[in-house]
Order: sequence, then C-alpha cells, then structure tokens
Amino acid sequence: MSLLSILGVISSAIFSGTSLLYTTLGETIDERAGIVNLGLEGVLLVSASVGFAVTSQTGNPYLGVLAATLAGGLMNLLLGFLVITRRANQLASGLAVMFFGFGLSALIGKPYVGARINGLPRFIMPGLSSIPALNSSQFKFDILIYLVVPIAILIWWLLFRTRWGLRLRAVGENANTAFAAGCSPQLIQYQALFLCGLLAGLGAAHLSIAWTMTWAEFMTAGRGFIAVALVIFSKWHPIRAIAGALLFGGAVAFQLLLQASGIAISPFLLDTLPYVLTVLVLIAWGGTRKHAAPASLGRVYQGTE
Amino acid sequence: MSQNIDTPFRTSLLISTMRVIVRYLIIFLVAFVLFGVILLIAGKDPVLAIKDTFSSTLRSAYGFSEVIVKMIPLIFAAIAVALPSRVGLINIGGEGQLYMGAWLATWGALTFSPLPPWILLPLMMLLGMIGGSLWAFIPAFLRARGLVNETITTLLMNYVAPSLVTFFIYGPWRSPGNALYPQTVDFVPAARLPTFWGTRVHLGLVIDLVLLVWYWYVMKYTRWGLEMRAIGGNPQAARRNGIPLTTYIIMVLCLGGALAGLAGMSEISGIHGRLRPGFSPGFGYLGFLISWLSGGNPIGILVMSFVMALVTSGGDILQINQGLPFAVVNILLAITLFVVLARPSFWKGMKA
Amino acid sequence: MDHNGLGSLRLAGGAPSTAPEKGNPKVIGNSLAMNSMARESTVGAEPLVALRGITKAFPNVLANDHVDLDIYGGEIHALLGENGAGKSTLMKILYGFYRADSGRILLNGEPVSIRSPHDARDLRIGMLFQEFTLIPAFSVTENIALFLPDLKAVLDIKGIYHRINVISERYNLQVNPQAMVSQLSIGEQQKVEILKLLLSDARVLILDEPTRVLAPHEVTALFRVLDSLRKDGYAIILITHKIKEVLECADRITVLRGGRVAGSLLRSDSSEDKLVAMMFEKELSGLQVSPKPALDSSVLPLLELRGVETRGEGAETSLKAIDLKIYPGEIVGVAGVSGNGQKELGDVVLGLVKCVRGTKFLFGQDYTNRSIQEVRKSGVSFVPEDPLTMAAAPFMTVLENMALTHSRRYARLGGLAMDWQAVKTDVEDTLEKLGYSFSLYVPARSLSGGNQQRMVIVREMTHNPHLIIASYLTRGLDVQSAIAARQALIQARESGAGVLLISEDLEELFTLSDRLIVLYGGKIVGTFEPEETNIYDVGHLMTGSEVQHVSKY
Repeated sequence: MSLLSILGVISSAIFSGTSLLYTTLGETIDERAGIVNLGLEGVLLVSASVGFAVTSQTGNPYLGVLAATLAGGLMNLLLGFLVITRRANQLASGLAVMFFGFGLSALIGKPYVGARINGLPRFIMPGLSSIPALNSSQFKFDILIYLVVPIAILIWWLLFRTRWGLRLRAVGENANTAFAAGCSPQLIQYQALFLCGLLAGLGAAHLSIAWTMTWAEFMTAGRGFIAVALVIFSKWHPIRAIAGALLFGGAVAFQLLLQASGIAISPFLLDTLPYVLTVLVLIAWGGTRKHAAPASLGRVYQGTE
Repeated sequence: MSQNIDTPFRTSLLISTMRVIVRYLIIFLVAFVLFGVILLIAGKDPVLAIKDTFSSTLRSAYGFSEVIVKMIPLIFAAIAVALPSRVGLINIGGEGQLYMGAWLATWGALTFSPLPPWILLPLMMLLGMIGGSLWAFIPAFLRARGLVNETITTLLMNYVAPSLVTFFIYGPWRSPGNALYPQTVDFVPAARLPTFWGTRVHLGLVIDLVLLVWYWYVMKYTRWGLEMRAIGGNPQAARRNGIPLTTYIIMVLCLGGALAGLAGMSEISGIHGRLRPGFSPGFGYLGFLISWLSGGNPIGILVMSFVMALVTSGGDILQINQGLPFAVVNILLAITLFVVLARPSFWKGMKA
Repeated sequence: MDHNGLGSLRLAGGAPSTAPEKGNPKVIGNSLAMNSMARESTVGAEPLVALRGITKAFPNVLANDHVDLDIYGGEIHALLGENGAGKSTLMKILYGFYRADSGRILLNGEPVSIRSPHDARDLRIGMLFQEFTLIPAFSVTENIALFLPDLKAVLDIKGIYHRINVISERYNLQVNPQAMVSQLSIGEQQKVEILKLLLSDARVLILDEPTRVLAPHEVTALFRVLDSLRKDGYAIILITHKIKEVLECADRITVLRGGRVAGSLLRSDSSEDKLVAMMFEKELSGLQVSPKPALDSSVLPLLELRGVETRGEGAETSLKAIDLKIYPGEIVGVAGVSGNGQKELGDVVLGLVKCVRGTKFLFGQDYTNRSIQEVRKSGVSFVPEDPLTMAAAPFMTVLENMALTHSRRYARLGGLAMDWQAVKTDVEDTLEKLGYSFSLYVPARSLSGGNQQRMVIVREMTHNPHLIIASYLTRGLDVQSAIAARQALIQARESGAGVLLISEDLEELFTLSDRLIVLYGGKIVGTFEPEETNIYDVGHLMTGSEVQHVSKY
C-alpha cells in the first residue's frame, strides 16, 4: 500500500469525520444539559439541504454554510419546544423531528438534486506546504476542517471553564439542584439545544457543501445516530470526541480503500461497518459509560424521566 | 372460565372508541392544514393533491384494494411497536427486524421449495418471526441488563439489516436473469401467500386481523397482559409485587421483533414473490408512528394504519402528479406526531 | 470543647452586613475574626432569629402549633423531637420551603417575609438537608462554585480554591477541593455542604439530622467544626433526635412534641431523663388486645435473619449484624426513628435489597438470594408506606391491582384468562372482615390517599399470608380504619401468621407487639417484650442512649 493511498485514507477519514465531529460536539453540549436529540438525523438533513440550496442559488458557499448553521439551530429549537416547554418524551420527540427532517429536506432539496456548486475552497495548511510528501491534493482541506479541532477545544473551555458551562452541566446532572442554585434550567436547555443545532448545521454544511458537494435524499446515512453513539463512546467529553470521530470517519474511509484496492469483500457488508462498530462499542462500553453520563440522562434512558 | 370484567367495562369500551375517533379527527385536521400550508409555500397545490389521492384510491374497488395492500405490513409493524410500548419499551427497530424476518423467510422459501404450501407457508411465517426476534434480541438483552437503551441500538441495527440483505441478494441468492435490478429467484407458488378477489390483497390481511384481536385479547384478559400493564404503569411497584421485569423486557421486545419479521415475510411472500433490495419504504418507522399516534389501542391501530396507507398513496400521487419526492409525506406524519406530543390542553382528558 | 452553658452570646447581628449583601466571604472572615477578638457576653441580648406563633397545618396533621423559638448568634440551638414532632417543618418554614399559616419571623427584631429558599439565602439563612444537594460528578470546587453568589463568568478556579482553603482551614473542614464528590465519604460530603453554606454567605445554619449518616469519629469532628463556627458568631440550629449528642454540643435545647413546644432549656439545666420525658410524654390509651396464645419456640420460625448486612447507597442506611427471628403467631414490632434502617429491614426480607452478608431463612429454607416473586409465593405479604408509588399501578383499576401479587392464582387456561369473579369474591371477603369499602372499578390513583393504603392492605391480607411485613401500616389512615387495620393484624396473628410491624407510632407498637425491637443506626439495639419495658426506655434506645436490658430472646 503506497504512501499515497495511506494519505488518501487519512484524508478521507478527515473529510468524512469532520461533519461527524461537529455533530458530536453539538450533541455533547445538549446531552450535558440533559437532553438526548434523536432527531439529529433530521436536523442534519435539513441543514444540508438548506445549505446546498442557498449555495446553489447564490453561488456563495459561505452564505450556504451560514444558512445551514441557522437552519440547524432552528430545527433544534423545535425539539426544544416539544421537550422543554411541553415536556414531551425526549425519545419520541426526537424521532418526530427526524421524520420532519426527512420530509422537509426532501422538499427543499428536490430542485437541487444533481446540481453542481462551488464548494468551500480547499487549501493546504500554511506551513505544511513545504513538506513534499504532504503536498498533494489529498491534503488540501477546507476552512471548516481546520476549524473543527479549535472549536472542539473552545467547547471544552466553554463547558468546563465558564460559569455558563458549569450551570449547564449542573442542569444535566440535577435540574433541581441547579434550580436551587439560582439557574433557570429551561433557559439553559434551550441555549444548549440551539448551540447544538448550530454545530450540527455546521457539520451538515460540511457534508453537502465542502465534502461531497452534492445533495441526495437521506445523504447523511445515519450520521445523526452515530453521533449520539459517539457521544457515549467519548464519555461526553469534547476532546475525546475527536478520536471517536476520526475512528468512525476512518471506518468509512477504510471501506472505500478496500473497495478501491479490489479486495473482494462485498461493498454491502462494508457498508455495515460503521454501524456494527458503533453497536459493538456500545455493547463493550455502554455499561461503564453509563456511570459517566450526566445523571438526568440516565432517567431519560430508563424512561422514568 | 374466562370472564369479562362486567358492565362497567363494556360501556367504557364504547366511550373509548368515541374518544379515539374524535382524537384522530382533530390530529389529522390540524396536521393537514399545516401540511397544506407547507405545500402552498413550496408552490404546490394541496387541494389538488387531496382530490387526486381520493380519486385514485377510494373511487374504484381496485384503488381501494391497493390501499389495503399498503395497510397490511403497517399493521404488523404497528403491533410490533405497540406491544413493547405497553411495558415502557420503545421499539424503533421494526425496519431492521422486518428485513431480517424477510431474509430468514427467503432462506426457507429457497431451501424448502419442494414442500407443499400448507407446510411451507407456516414454516416461512415461523422463520420470519424467528429472524425478527433474533434481531431484537441483542437490544433487548442490552436493555434488560441496564447497559444501553434499546432506542439507540435498535436504530443502529436498522442500518445494518438492509445492507446485509442486499449482500445476500447480490451474492449467494442472486437470480441469474435480471442484471439491471438484482433480486433473488422467484419464489415457487407454494411460497406465495394466496391473494383474494383478483386483487393483490393477500392472506397477510387475515393474519393481521387475527393478530389485532390477539393483541387486544392478551392485553385485556390474560395474566401476561395484566402484568405487562402493571410494569408499564409503575415498574417499581411491579417489581415489589413480584413481577419479573427482566424476563418481560426480553420476551416482549423479542415478540415485537417477531411481529416485525412477520411484516417482512408477508411483504415478500404476498406481494413481491422474491426478495428485492430496499423493498420496505420505511414500514418499520411508519409502524412506530401509527403505534404512537394510536396510543397502542388496537382499534386505533387499525384505523391509523388505514389512514397511513391512504397518506402514503397520496405520497405516491404527489410524486407522480406534482413532482414532489415521496419523502415529503414524512412532513405530514411528523406534524401529526408533533401535535400529539405537544399535548394541547383540550387533549388532557383523552389520554389513551 | 467549651461546655460553658451560655457559650459566648454575641450580637451576630452586629456582624458586617445587616442588609442582605452578596458580600465577599473574605470580608466576613475578617470581620468575624475581629469580632472574636472582642467577645462580649450579653445576657438578654436580642435573638438573631425569632419565630413567633408559627402555625402550619397539612391536610392530615397540625405540624406546628403556635411555636415560638429564639435563635441567638454564637450559639448551637438543638431542636429535639421524634418523628412527626414538627421540627423539620418548622425549619423548612424558616428556610422558605413552606409558608406558615400564621405567625411571624423576625430577623434582628425586624419582621421579614421568607417566601422561598432564595429569600432565605438572601437573608443569609442556609440549610443543610438530610439528602445532600451535591452533584456527585462534580468536584468539590465545582459544587461550591455553583452556589457562590458572586461567581464570575469565566471561572477563577484558583481564586475559589483559595477561598475554600481559607474557610476550611479556619473551621476544620479540610477536604480536597479537586476531589470528585462521588469519591468522598459521607462525612466529607457533609463538610462540602457546610462549606457551601459558609461560602454562600450564610450566618444562620440549619442542620437537619446531620449525624444520622456519620460514624462516631466523624460526629466528633463535626462537633468540633460547629464549635469553631459558634465561636465566630454563627447561629447554628441542630435538628436531631439524638439526646446524647445534644447534651454534648448544644447550648440551648428546645423540645418539640406533637407540633408544640414541650419545653426550652439551657443545656446546663437539662438531663437525659428530663429530655426523654419531654419528648415522649404520652398516655397509653388502651387498645384491647386479646391475650396472645402461648408461643411454642420449638416450632420453626417463619423468618430468620442471621448476621444480615446490607449496603446502603449514598445516604441510605446500611443494616449491620441483624439477627432476628419471627415465630408463627407473633407480632414483632420495630421501633425507631425513621431513617435508622426500618425501610431497609422490610426491603431485605422482601428480597428487594440484597444481603451483602448473612443469611435469610423463610419457613426454614434459605431464601437469601431468591427473587421477590419466590418470596411472595412462599406466603410473604408486604404493605409499604407509600401505596401509590410503591405498590400500585396508578392507571389500572382497583380490582386489577388486587390481582397483581398473586396473578397466577387467578389465571385460568394457563394464563389466557383471568378469573375476576374469584378476585372479587376474595377481595370482598377481606373487605368485609376489615370493614372497608371502596369502589373496585375505578383507577387506583383516583382513590383518596387513605383508600389507596386500604386497597393495599386488603390485597396483602387476602391469600392468608404466613408472614406480613407491615411498613407504617396506619400512616395516613383515620382512626376507624387504623383500628380495623390493626385488628386485621391481630386476626392474622391468631390464625398463625407472623407479623413484622414497622411503625413510628409507639403506642401502636406497644399495644400490638408481642415482642419489640429497636433499630438505631442500622443495628438492633434492644429486644424486649412490651411488659418488660416502657416508652422511656425505648425512647432512650431510639435516641441513641444505651439501656441495659437483656431479653430472653
């Protein structure tokens, strides 16, 4: 296997994993506030379609990214209305948002199926261009990719080094205690959901505008659920999420590599790889992770919420 | 000595039926209006869509039978969700379970093709149930052990099953004929569920109705239904009262999987006569919606499945006549679920 | 420790900020340090907090009946009483959880209105509850920071460490600020709770049964802390039922009984006997109990616990070294203040709680690891204290609830059908015996609280149980129904069943029990026959003192 193809796998992993990472980061925030968003799949789809549509219409990928981000935020506010204000079951509400997203994204994206857009420009990171081995088109990344790790660090800082983050985590652990300390759990949860939506929108934007530069129905292929599983896997910690996203991005890329190198494994079996991996991870570590979960999430999962 | 719990219950059956009907009317009214607004914004004609839907479905006998055909797998899928929901479990894995049921039933059809239909068909049904049940076992086990919530695991496994099935279709079971649309060889006639009156409505309908009655009866009259409702009502108290929670969790979720597997089997045996990739346009998810919207009520499931079948027919119409992707139907379905979840205040007394 | 009766009375109202200010704790520390350099002993000084005529009624009970209470700064004031005496309610009124029906609260002589815990905290009143409001997954620092009134937008962790260390040094509340609360012992967690109160600027500290979960050496450490706080002018209210401890550390003692103040005295004027008398003075009204049949102890005991130990989670009580036998035809009463292991005892017999050590025998067979279903099947019944959350399915009908514990018995055709007529007959039988009456066809949750309890009693008494665990059987019942419930127990006993009666009603225990055991701190601290003892002795045991008494069991 040549250096080029290894680089290719790494590059694919990074491209594939970035949207996953943004989404996971967003979901980490709102799960830390005690809300599980099973509708992420729908949120991603709507954001991706909106971003793609706006980019196609205006020719400006940055506008598209902005639109996608906002769309994600709005979708999540919808979930927030159901779950926070109307106190509906989180799991069912998430699934309702998922269905909504399936349909809305199809509606929005229909006119743009097969359209071509100018995606986000890719460039090599300044400083790396001097290394000849890396100076290939494989290692040109777009701005969202470069931003994702700094953003992850920023989120870590936000959650663990600010008053807002402290209160948010307190709400996710025990809303009553947070309330006794003078916080408004409802407001904080809305904020968390909105931020999660923005980040998911960024992830979706990356998927449709920066990486694939296409729109197809259901193009997110379960990333929303993988993100939820990744949050568990990374113990609700933004920095660990990076490794998780790379791993799963890598699984997708690995699948492409195998196909490309002509190894005779059915592409369909390979398709299942990320999901099987996720389930195995959940089986292996779901139990221990349970204790690392924000306390009120446990009640959501038990159905006693 | 099976006893009805006398008169107070009989009258309440009538009342609860009335409530159910009114509830649906309101849900759908609100949802249709909102959906119509969205269609208008998208530049489509909602009124035309409704007219077209009705004329193609309810005006002719054949049109009507096609709606019934769409309804058959939905009822299976809905009970597959409703049953576990009575003990507080959320089974969103119907999609994966029905694929695995179809898969195992296909294996039966291909392997045991010489057998006569009155052995082969029940065998395939059994295999379908086993396939779906096995697929539900892993999430059930994880949930019973308290490790992971079944919602996530069943959802993830929904993505694995169709690919697995496709692998078999492209691989070992591939039919040599059709290069463009891969599928398995046709099933022998013995493996086909019989149809009625020259339509495509097949025996699956009968099984559906039997299952509905069975579901209603089990929950209302049997000891297991009693204990299941106790768990659903108050799991802590149920445990103190000696009801074995773990056993019920695993058994009921696997039973749900079995029913979803039956949905898969009935589709490929009754309608297609072969295993095709992607043969399910989301029956499992639709079943979830139906169950949730009907509150697990058997009559509600019947009605909602019919309505859902109408709606999906409308989706086809929308796609053909107005150029909208079929997936748009999901918007309508989602809105109906939103309305239920948001529990507007006039609802309060109507909780099923 | 300074056991001087009055301690040092100081006008803590003279401390830096009389207005509710979110002051920097460092300022307080300094000012208090200044105060401690200028100690005065002022008799007749105005109390820091005064409660006047506080009355609070709940649907079933008058919790506080015109209670007056004076709290002075620089003092530890113990609020003594047994369960239901009204101590917690009174303090919750002071802390703003409840609003009194009538009466006033005065702070430094000025009337104040406390409508919520936020108001109380603004007035610098803090309360430490029995269930800690700590977040186990957070560090000590994060837990304290959450409650700091002046927390900055970007956390200044080092600054908060420093503040914590200053206060913890001063008052002997050393704890590692970086440790995760879940890793701390209960005693250390309590220190964090106290630090939380101090750092959020409280100067009146209400502690609700703080020593319930502490080991003896931790209790000593706590008293040292309270002493140093007292010296700096804090006013400390200690809610407790433990007389020994009160005599060790309090300056002033108020005894509540039945919602009223039974007496208020200085420590120097009080003694164990005096306090017990004030806490438990009751007339025993005669409940006619038929003479019990002679016990044949060569018969196999229904229940035998040998060296049973359980592990309680968090603030739950762990049972230690429990040896207990219950023979057919006897009622064994379990006395003790709520929270000393009664609930756990009932649960371990039922099988809900596992024995970490020891063995449990039912009807002669080892049931240590058997399921609840098997335990019930062998003839054990259980009446818990909260019917709707612990025993009933709220949306199912009463009749359906009645069949839940023995569903197999009423199943026909292998489970395909239920014989509701038989259920009805059995239930109506029991209803008649007990003299109860309620509808069978309504959802369980629509019954009144009292009827819900009756429903559970009826269910558990049907099927001729051999062993009945009755946990707070008559709580919430009116007199008629309570009498009928007790009659039911007696009837059960007469037909050869055994009863484990857990109750907080000493009168009930004394009249019904053939044998009485007292639980304290998860251990059995006394076993008697009721004739051998009296309420005062039992009261002593319940409150932690030792009474030399050996029973023939």
